[in-house]
Amino acid sequence: MQKSFAMAALLAASCGAQAASDADLAAIRAQIDDMKKTYEQRIAALEQKLVQAESRTASPAKQAPPAPVENRPSVASANAFNPEVSLILQGQYRHAKNIEGRGITGFVPGGEGLNTRGFSVDETELVLAANIDPYWRGQAIVAMADGQANIEEAWFQSLAIGQGVGLKVGRFRSGIGYLNEQHPHMWDFADAPLMYQAMFGEDASYVQDGVQLKWLAPTSLFVELGAEVGRGANFPGTDRNNNGTGGGALHVHVGDDVGVSNSWRTGASWLKTRASERSSDFVDISGATAQGSFAGDSTTWLADFVWKWAPNGNSAHQNFKFQSEYFVREEKGGLTCVGACVDSSYKTNQSGWYAQGVYQFTPNWRAGLRYEQLDSGTRDFGANAANLVVDSYRPKKASAMVDYSWSEFSRLRLQIAQDKSMLGITDNQLTLQYVMSLGAHGAHKF
Amino acid sequence: MKHFIFACFFGLTVGTAQADLKIFATVPEWGALAQEIGGSKVQVYTATTAFQDPHRIDAKPSLLARARQANLLIAAGADLEIGWLPLVLRDSGNAAIQTGQPGYFAAADFVNRLEVPATVDRAHGDVHAAGNPHTHLDPRNVLKVGAALTARMAELDGANAAAYQAGYQAFAGKWQTAMTRWQKEAAPLQGVPVLVHHASFVYLLNWLGMKEVGTLEPKPGIEPTSGHLSSLLTRQQSAPAKMVLRAAYQQEGPSQWIAGKTGMPAVLLPYTVGGTAEAKDLFGLFDDSVQRLLKGVR
Repeated sequence: MQKSFAMAALLAASCGAQAASDADLAAIRAQIDDMKKTYEQRIAALEQKLVQAESRTASPAKQAPPAPVENRPSVASANAFNPEVSLILQGQYRHAKNIEGRGITGFVPGGEGLNTRGFSVDETELVLAANIDPYWRGQAIVAMADGQANIEEAWFQSLAIGQGVGLKVGRFRSGIGYLNEQHPHMWDFADAPLMYQAMFGEDASYVQDGVQLKWLAPTSLFVELGAEVGRGANFPGTDRNNNGTGGGALHVHVGDDVGVSNSWRTGASWLKTRASERSSDFVDISGATAQGSFAGDSTTWLADFVWKWAPNGNSAHQNFKFQSEYFVREEKGGLTCVGACVDSSYKTNQSGWYAQGVYQFTPNWRAGLRYEQLDSGTRDFGANAANLVVDSYRPKKASAMVDYSWSEFSRLRLQIAQDKSMLGITDNQLTLQYVMSLGAHGAHKF
Repeated sequence: MKHFIFACFFGLTVGTAQADLKIFATVPEWGALAQEIGGSKVQVYTATTAFQDPHRIDAKPSLLARARQANLLIAAGADLEIGWLPLVLRDSGNAAIQTGQPGYFAAADFVNRLEVPATVDRAHGDVHAAGNPHTHLDPRNVLKVGAALTARMAELDGANAAAYQAGYQAFAGKWQTAMTRWQKEAAPLQGVPVLVHHASFVYLLNWLGMKEVGTLEPKPGIEPTSGHLSSLLTRQQSAPAKMVLRAAYQQEGPSQWIAGKTGMPAVLLPYTVGGTAEAKDLFGLFDDSVQRLLKGVR
């Protein structure tokens, strides 16, 4: 270690003196060789001593083992404390129909629909993470797009509570469901399932500003309970200027292995949010647009299931992953309406699911299929029943993808999909997408 | 509902009894060493098998559940488990085994690591900034790690400190004898040039005085390509290798291809405990590795 430090110092010194002549260089080389020799001799001597010491401890006389000497790299600069940095580059070429105000028929849109076609760069994600001190760890994820930088996540997490308890405070992706915690670069398909778009809008994830408490049971079966409270500002809730909380979630996940080749996890989650003045467009019976504004409670139930298989548990060469999620959402409250409509009650009960399988058949190639379906369910507008059009529709989508990874850090994906999420429109989509990870080697969730 | 959950949180956390030292070993070799030292005083859970690529493990629910209950976590270290262990540690809710705590033990911290890169750039593949992490295949390292691990186990479980020290003494005595035997048996391997699938055997080759003349992976962590394998064939003329080595968890295709083209034997090594039927424990691991290498060179 000292040797490399000395060499680094020498290197640094030689950088300072740009105009070093050949003679100087030769002198430095000779010096380095000298140092190398001395150090190698010293190391050899030390190793010999160690072997002797070890053989001595092996003698029958009872003796404590030699005190361990840790061989840790000694980085003597202040920037050694810099956080782990990684950057995700993601972009795509997309071929699809041009649909203004793209949405999902029968579902209230949670943001603008994705109608980008041709070449585009998705959000560029910058991840910074580090241990803060022995008690806390922090992480921030900033998503950058044209002219804006969004704080996707910014939280700190406990390291020292123990007893299976984990505390997370700040802005975080909620632990509900399976896909909710995953960022787009971890997805197995180029886009999120319709179900997540219908539940949480364009970001396809429920993000909470608040507190998360998790507890892992002390059993060999994985049982994890989680509870969250927070601002609840994101769709299906709205931001409000209030004391107290605007949303909460509870989740339980259970998982285990089956033999050495299979592992699974399943869970159930509950999310409650409150909305006030959540405005969206409705169509009245004359075909004109009416502006409705919802105030009330939204309750979402989720069930998730993941199964992974790899021969002998060695996922490097071959593996298969099946995942499926189901949701039901109930909204109850009132609708304030502007247009050819009146103020009324508002009650909906909607559901949906997806199932997908991804097979990695060689170290570099994977292929996957996904099928999904939503049900616009019941939508009861009370006194407005005669004024507003209620579409009853089952949006469907089927996708197939194949992707190639040069290494763990780079991936190119081709996806074709038939999207029938809008009544009367069949949109055949083609997406060519890349995902590149620079910097720190992030660990991925199951 | 909420009150009920909170009641569960606090009701169940009280009174978790502690019996033996519960050890979570990320890889079989260090699990086996902990068992040699601790004997009946420890309960060892090994997270992976010899047939799994230790770089590429999923942070499975079962691993979280086991890490939650451990008093001591033994990792190979040097970033070998970087793709999954940090997540398991953080989500385990176990304060005792976090990095920097006595309950976190990384074997690579106690040996002289080889192949510490001068520049760290992914253009060179999945390089480990802290050096080659497969340190256990030099039996001298096993002793060094054993000494440090014994001290750590004694620190965590003072009541059994004497038993751990006795366990280590007994193991180290047998190990010294075995090492002398291996070195004598392996004399014909001195200076033998070999190809390897991945740089998993650096410490083994270094110990036995063998020479690695090429890897089937073009860069660490990148799967062998036909172009690279062909270039190895060309190199075979100028710098001929005597055999091609792979670990039990690596695919046999590339080394079989090279073996077929050149006539050199493709040798499967157990790599860690459990990799072959003979490698039942650490002694078996080295016995079998040496025997397989000798068979290959004959």
